[in-house]
Amino acid sequence: MSTTIDTKTVKHVAFLVRLGISEGEAQKFSGQFSSIIDYFNMLNEVDTENVPPASDIANAENVLREDAVQPSMSREEFLKNAPQSERGYVKVPTVLGDE
Amino acid sequence: MKPTYEPVIGLEIHAELITNSKMFCGCSADYASAPEPNTNICPVCTGLPGAMPVANKKAIELAALVGLALNCSVNKHNTFARKNYYYPDLPKGYQISQYELPICEKGWLDIDSGSSSGAASATYRDPSRVRIRRVHIEEDTAKLFHEKNYALVDFNRAGVPLLEIVSEPDMRSVEAALDYATKVRAILRYLGVNSGNMEKGVLRFEANISVRPFGSDEFRTRTEIKNLNSFRALTRASAYEIERQIKIYESGGTVVQETLGWDDVRGVTTSQRSKEEAHDYRYFPEPDLPPLQLSDSWIAEIKSRLPELPEAKTKRFVEQYELKPQDARLLTSEKALADYFESVVSKSKSSPKTVHSWIAGEFMRYLNDSGKDVDDVTLSPESFAKLIDMVTDKTVSGNNAKVVLAELIESGGDPQEIVKEKGLAQVSDESFIQEVVTKILNDNPAEVEKYLAGKETLLQWFVGQVARATKGKADPNVTKELALKALAERKK
Amino acid sequence: MQLTTLTIREAHELLTTKKISSVELTQAMLQRIREIDPKIKSYVTVSEELALEQARKADERIAKGENVTPLTGIPFSMKDCISTRGVRTTCSSKILENYVPQYNATVTNKLAEAGAVLLGKTNMDEFGMGSSCENSAFFNTHNPWDLDRVPGGSSGGSAAAMSAGLATFTIGEDTGGSVRMPAGFCNVTGIKPTYGRVSRYGLIALVSSFDSIGPMSRDAYDCATVLEHIAGHDPHDSTTYNSPVPNYTKHINKPVQGMKLGIPKEYFVAGMEAGVESALQEAIRQFEKLGMEIHEVSLPHTKYGLPVYYLLLFAEASANLARMDGTRFGLSVSENAKDVIDIYLKTRHEGFGDEVKRRIMLGAYALSAGYYDAYYLKAQKVRTLLRRDFESAFSKVDLLLAPTCPTTAFKLGEKTSDPLEMYLSDIYVVATNPAGVPALALPAGFSNNMPVGMQLIGKHLDEQTLFQVAHAYQQVTDWHKQFPNI
Ligand SMILES: [Mg+2]
Ligand SMILES: [Zn+2]
Repeated sequence: MSTTIDTKTVKHVAFLVRLGISEGEAQKFSGQFSSIIDYFNMLNEVDTENVPPASDIANAENVLREDAVQPSMSREEFLKNAPQSERGYVKVPTVLGDE
Repeated sequence: MKPTYEPVIGLEIHAELITNSKMFCGCSADYASAPEPNTNICPVCTGLPGAMPVANKKAIELAALVGLALNCSVNKHNTFARKNYYYPDLPKGYQISQYELPICEKGWLDIDSGSSSGAASATYRDPSRVRIRRVHIEEDTAKLFHEKNYALVDFNRAGVPLLEIVSEPDMRSVEAALDYATKVRAILRYLGVNSGNMEKGVLRFEANISVRPFGSDEFRTRTEIKNLNSFRALTRASAYEIERQIKIYESGGTVVQETLGWDDVRGVTTSQRSKEEAHDYRYFPEPDLPPLQLSDSWIAEIKSRLPELPEAKTKRFVEQYELKPQDARLLTSEKALADYFESVVSKSKSSPKTVHSWIAGEFMRYLNDSGKDVDDVTLSPESFAKLIDMVTDKTVSGNNAKVVLAELIESGGDPQEIVKEKGLAQVSDESFIQEVVTKILNDNPAEVEKYLAGKETLLQWFVGQVARATKGKADPNVTKELALKALAERKK
Repeated sequence: MQLTTLTIREAHELLTTKKISSVELTQAMLQRIREIDPKIKSYVTVSEELALEQARKADERIAKGENVTPLTGIPFSMKDCISTRGVRTTCSSKILENYVPQYNATVTNKLAEAGAVLLGKTNMDEFGMGSSCENSAFFNTHNPWDLDRVPGGSSGGSAAAMSAGLATFTIGEDTGGSVRMPAGFCNVTGIKPTYGRVSRYGLIALVSSFDSIGPMSRDAYDCATVLEHIAGHDPHDSTTYNSPVPNYTKHINKPVQGMKLGIPKEYFVAGMEAGVESALQEAIRQFEKLGMEIHEVSLPHTKYGLPVYYLLLFAEASANLARMDGTRFGLSVSENAKDVIDIYLKTRHEGFGDEVKRRIMLGAYALSAGYYDAYYLKAQKVRTLLRRDFESAFSKVDLLLAPTCPTTAFKLGEKTSDPLEMYLSDIYVVATNPAGVPALALPAGFSNNMPVGMQLIGKHLDEQTLFQVAHAYQQVTDWHKQFPNI
C-alpha cells in the first residue's frame, strides 16, 4: 500500500507548525513525505492488540514539588533576549483571532 | 404557549487555584499583586529553551478536593498532556493540560432552577442534576494587552494553576446555566481554592450552546462562546446565542460549528475563527512529567479535608434551625455568612429565625450598600447577639436597634453602652407613656376627630407620633394599648 | 609531552602533582583549536575568556588543595544544545544563532562545580536532527580520520573535537545514537546513559522521552569519571532517577569472567560493511578471551526500531520546537509583519533548515486528527514491544554487543539528497532510546583505515557493567589509543 501526501496536506501541516512554505517547497516535501511515511507504514504489520502504549511508562511517578515560592529571574535579563519590548513587557505585532 | 425550541447548554469553567507558586515552577502565583509586568518569571514559565516543568503538589491536592466536592471520582492513574497551538500568551507553543486521563471524572451537581417560578423556566425543561464530565489541571496563559498596532505580553500569570471543570450539556435554560455556575463558584469559595472574584479574572466561563426542537433528544451543531468573564456576560451571551440559533433554524438555515466571542458592548456573539483554521490541538502525553499515581489513602485524606458544602449546610440549617429552605439557602450561599450566622445564633438567646431576619435584613443591606464582604466586618458575633437579645427582651426597640447596629458596624463598641449613651433604651413604664399619649391626643384634635368618625387606621399614626416624641424609646406595644384605651374613652 | 591527547586521569595526575597548570593545559587546547579546528570545524563557539578564567580558578583550587575533583582543571567541550549562561547556545540553527541563555543547564552547573573548564560549544546537526553533522546551519564538521568524510551525527562536532585532540573530554547528547554513532565514526568512547540518569534541565529538547546527555572521551574509564559527576537526581527534571549514582570508577576493574554477552542476531545481517563485520567478530573473540560467555539472543522487533524512533521524534520535536517563535528570544523576522502569525511563519521559515522543517511537519502529521492512532499511538505501542525485547534478552544475558553503524564514516554529501537513506544509517543505534537502556560505544578496529565502532547495551541503570566490560576490553586492545594524523 502506498501513501501519498499531497501538497495540500503538506501546506496544512506546515501551517499547523506555523512554518511559512512556498509552492516549490510544498512539492519537494510532498514527494519526500510520501516515501518516508510509506516506509513507516511497515508498523502496520506488527500486531499491537492488547499492547499498552509506552508513553505511560516512567522512571517515577508523583514527582511533585512543595508549593514554595522561588525568586524570579531578572526581568532585564529576560527582556535582553526579546526582539522587542516596551515598559517591561514583551512586545509583539498585532494579534488577530483568539485562543 | 410552548416554545418550539429548547436550548442545550454545557459549561466549561476555568478556575485559578490559590497556591503560593505556579503550577510547574517556583515563581509566585500572585500575579495580581505584582507591581510590574514580568517580575514573577523564570525559564520554565517563559518557555525558554531547555526549561522543564515540575508539578506543584498543592495544586494536585486542590484539584482532587474540587473534584471530590463535585461528586467526581478521582482517577488514581492520571497524566498530563500537551495541547499544541500558537499564541503569544502561550510561551512553549503548547499548554500543559490533561487530556485522556484527567485527575477527576464523572461527577454531578444538583441545581434548583427546575423549581424556579419564572415564566421561562416553568416552560423549559430543567433537569435538576448537571453531570460533570471531568475536572482537569492545566496552566494559565500569560496576559496579553492589545494596543493599537501591537500587543504587550506579561508572563506573570503564565503557568498559574488552572482548573477546568467541564459539564455535560445538561442545562436546558439560561437560568439553569446561571444557577450551575453560581453553585460551582460557591463551592470553590467554600473550599478556599478560588476567591470567585470574577472582576480579577480568576474564574472564567465558556458556554457550549445548541438548540433543538422542544422534546427532541437530538444534539444539534453547537457553538462555543469563549471568555465569558461575568455572570452577566454568561447570561446575556447565552440568551443572545440561543435566539440567534433559533432564528437561523426558523429561517431554514443551519448553524455552523464555530468558536464565538462575546462583544459585551454591542451585546452580540461574534465569529472568531474561519473554518479552515479549525483547531487540531494534536494532544499527546507530556513526556516531561511522569504520571500521577494516587493511592486510596491519599484520596481518603483529601476527602477528609472537605468542609460541609452549601447543599448539606442548607439541609442542616432547615432541620436544626427550623428555617425556611430559601432562607437557609441565602445564609449558606457564602460560607463566611453561614459561619457568622451560626456564631451569632450560638451566642444569642433569641430564636434562630430572629437571628436570620436580622442577618438577612439589616446586616445584608449594610453589606450590599457598603460593598463589603462578611469577612470585612469587624462586628463580633457576641455584640451582634447581645443587640438582638436586647430587642427580644425589649430593652431597645427594633428601630432603635437598627441605629445601634449601624454604629456598631461602623465604629464598634458595646451595644449596651451605645444604647445608654444615646438614650435609646426602651421605656415600658405606663405612666410615662400615658402622659405622652395624652399630650399627642390633645395636640391633634383633628386627627382624633377623624379617628372617632371611623378612620381607625390612624391608630398607627398616633403610635408613630409617640415614638417620635420619645425618640423611639416608648415600647410600641404598650403605646398602642394605651392609645386605644384613651381614644375609646374620648368616644364616650 | 603532548598535552592535547591526555586522558582525564593523566591530566589530573599532572595537575595535582603541579607538573602542569590548568591554564597551561587550557592554553594548549586553545592553541590547538586555533591551529587544527579550521580544518575540522568542530567548534561553533570557543569560550576562550571563560575557559581561562575557569582554568585560573581551578589552579587556585588545586593550589589550596581544596575541593579538587578528578575534573578540576580539565578542559572540555559541550554539544551546542546544552544551555550555558552567557555563552551562545545555538543548536547549530539559524533560529538560535545569537541566543545567549540566561541560565545554565544542570549539567553545565555540575561540571562548573567540579571545576572543569569549558572550552566551547561544538557543532551538531541542527537541533540534533541528522546523522552526519551536515544539517548544521553553519558549516560541516569533518572527520579527523578523513576530511572528506562526515564525523557522524548529531554530536559530530563533539566526536571530531575529541578525536582531533581539541578537548580532554566532551559532553554529547544522544537521542537516537547521536553520541554512539559519531563516537564510532571518530574512534572515541562515549556513553548514552540510561534515560533519566542525567538531568535534561537546560538541554534544548529534541525528543523529551529519548534525550540522554552523555560524555565522550578517550576511554571507558574517563567516561565513567565524567558520568559520576553529571549523573543523578535533579529536582528540576521530573524524569530523573532518584537512585544514588554508583562510584563507577571504583569498581571498573572488577573482573568480567563469566559475564554473559548477548549477540542480537538481528544486528548481524546482510548489509553490513565487510570490514565492520570482521572487526566485530574479532571483538567478540576478544570478549571470549576475557572469559565472557557469548550467547546469541534475539530482539525480534529490531527492524521496527527505526520507524518507532522517527515517528515519536517527529511528534515530540514538533512540540518541542514550537517555542522557537521569534517573540522572546532568537531570530525574529518581523519585516512587513501584519500580525504575529506573520512573525511565526517568516521566522520559522527562515530560521529552520530543511531537515527540521521536514520533521516538525511530519510530527504535526503523525499527531493530527485522523492520523494519531495510526502513527503516534501505533509507534508508542510498538515501542512497548521494543522494550520487552530488551527485557527478555536481559533475562538471559548481562549485556549485548552490536555495531554502531553498518558502515564506517561515509563521504560528505553522500546521503544528503535522500532523507530516508540518511535515516537508515541510524538503524543500529535508534532502538535503545525508545527502550531507555544505556549503551556505550567504543572503538573496535578499522576498516579501510576508517574507525569501526561497536556498542555495549546494558540493563536500565546498569552503566557499571558497561564500564567494566569496556574497560577490560581496553586493557587488552589499543584501538582507542589510535589518533588520526592531522
Ligand atoms: Mg483548557
Ligand atoms: Zn516560573
